[in-house]
Amino acid sequence: MSFMSWGMYPKVKNTIFKFDKKKTLRKIINEHDKLIPCGNGRSYGDSALNSNIVDVRSKNYFIDFNEEIGLLHVQAGVLLSEILESFVPRGWFLKVTPGTKFITVGGAIASDIHGKNHHIEGCFSECIKEFKIMLADGEVVTCSKEATPNLFKATCGGQGLTGIILDAKIYLKKINSQYINQTTIKTKNLKETFKAFEEYQDKPYSVAWIDCLAKGNKIGKCLLMVGDFRDDGKLDYKVKKQKSIPFNFPSFALNNWSVRVFNWLYYGKVKKSVSKQIVDIDSFFYPLDAIGHWNRIYGKNGFTQYQFILPKETSYEGLEEILSAISKSGKGSFLAVLKLYGKANDNYLSFPMEGYSLALDFKIEKGLFDLLDKLDEIVVKYKGRIYLAKDVRVSKKTFEKGYPKIESFRQYRKENKMDSKFQSLQSKRVGI
Amino acid sequence: MSYILIIGAKSDIAKATAREYAKHGYDLYLAARNVSELEEFANDVTVRTQRAVKILELDILDYKSHQSFYDQLEEKPLGVISAIGYLGEQEKAQSDFEEAQQIMDANYTGVVSLFNIIADDFEKRKSGFMVGISSVAGDRGRKSNYIYGSAKAALTTYLSGLRNRLYDAQVHVLTVKPGFVATKMTEGMDLPEKLTAQPEEVAEDIYNAQQKNKNVLYTKWIWKWMMLIIKMIPEWMFKRMSI
Repeated sequence: MSFMSWGMYPKVKNTIFKFDKKKTLRKIINEHDKLIPCGNGRSYGDSALNSNIVDVRSKNYFIDFNEEIGLLHVQAGVLLSEILESFVPRGWFLKVTPGTKFITVGGAIASDIHGKNHHIEGCFSECIKEFKIMLADGEVVTCSKEATPNLFKATCGGQGLTGIILDAKIYLKKINSQYINQTTIKTKNLKETFKAFEEYQDKPYSVAWIDCLAKGNKIGKCLLMVGDFRDDGKLDYKVKKQKSIPFNFPSFALNNWSVRVFNWLYYGKVKKSVSKQIVDIDSFFYPLDAIGHWNRIYGKNGFTQYQFILPKETSYEGLEEILSAISKSGKGSFLAVLKLYGKANDNYLSFPMEGYSLALDFKIEKGLFDLLDKLDEIVVKYKGRIYLAKDVRVSKKTFEKGYPKIESFRQYRKENKMDSKFQSLQSKRVGI
Repeated sequence: MSYILIIGAKSDIAKATAREYAKHGYDLYLAARNVSELEEFANDVTVRTQRAVKILELDILDYKSHQSFYDQLEEKPLGVISAIGYLGEQEKAQSDFEEAQQIMDANYTGVVSLFNIIADDFEKRKSGFMVGISSVAGDRGRKSNYIYGSAKAALTTYLSGLRNRLYDAQVHVLTVKPGFVATKMTEGMDLPEKLTAQPEEVAEDIYNAQQKNKNVLYTKWIWKWMMLIIKMIPEWMFKRMSI
């Protein structure tokens, strides 16, 4: 069996190692090199791909929940969706969640994921009390920010390159409704979009959908959605049945015109410049999770997500330049998601910094990587960086410029003999 | 609500089924051999669902112990689910009768012994449900696994008769016939992705079918039609085939 990441690119042969007990895992680590842990396979690119993969998803036991302080102890393979299913009806929600709930807790730590509330709550590492990790020598260490700060900084955001995370204690947040008061703001250009983000900065959750094919003075027009949990006591959260895309679409199904029509319909659906809605957790946080295997709409050649962030000072200029380049290229993207982030944390490889991030999906096709290389140049020029959890092609040079703490990370891996033991296709490409 | 008894509780299908029933508010008795291995799992279900989960030692081949096993349950279960399955090694079983007997006893004789006892109680109480996990392998004998298949065929026939017997007592019997399922039992086999169910899918199908009082459940559903075709192949042709 071969394992593919969410982008279905690249397709490589690999051996999957499963483990039941610590003893088995220790044996795998002792006997093999070039291992990379994998959760639910939702990272887009090659950060969890290699010839030897350690399957952590099947370690999915809940261990304990402390109701008084909202502290949940689970094994690393538990999905965020499983946590929601058990705990939303009891009035608890994740402090930090990305745009899909189908990722494991281990994966959330390894990518130090963030969500619509990054400007308030920061990354996933903020809600971790501690986790257990098996290192390159087979030793199991309980890691926390206080007790083992370097291991913590290297592992949170470290893309699985420090060891195999076994379990974690994370804090949940109290909620009193599974519904969200959402406000949708329709803007006409990038200037208005930035203004809207600033204006609604105190809302706990915010994200914007942006039309990447808009040209000229319409560049940067968006629908900004902000929201906060309601307080109506309705916690009747039930998992909805997924509709699933049963097969790969032909790769011509998504083209400049079909995306243009989609964007026109999506943007046109919202009439007023400011409107209010009440939406549930799943439609607010995880709209794409309603469709199983949505990655198949990009065809069998797969797709990638290009996500970068620029410092706040250079965001406006940089985004304008990048959006013009994309619009000119005509390579469309259904999903272009813009968000204003809060401050960066201390972790060596965490993605967020204070500024604007844009994420776009592209199907893999001829000429795409040339376009992305061009975009890289603009990102570097404006002192930005690329998100490793989405990436499948960034060059070592571009990567290094974006992550100033990379040397500390390399050093730490070397000192602890992690560099030959844990590797991914991505780590080899960008030299970490 | 109250207890469901799951036997063969260490199997992946059993675990997924346990989580499914607990999710819907049932408490659980989980029975298996070397049951201490289930402690972490039992705790998992409790943390997830806040339901009571009790683990019980049961050797399905120790027939004499079955009556006292059932008698010790202070609160009798609302329903019982057997997830016992032992695939064994076909080739070994062809020449080594001990292996063959192990396959037959685990998949058939043992379940009959325990189900007989529980059926008597449910019949008297005029309530309850019984679910037996059989297999599509029991629908037709094939050279690759006919000893396992014949034991499952016997189980299927037993469940069908039991359903007939308990109908008047309003005790419902469900026969489950999974096709390929991605579990420890099939680990290492090269299973076709589209025909292979995850244990969670099987568990959800079992729960829904049991709640709707279905008689026979194929899971994934496509196996119903696949097996219909396989059963229709004339024997003179089937004997020449390798499927």
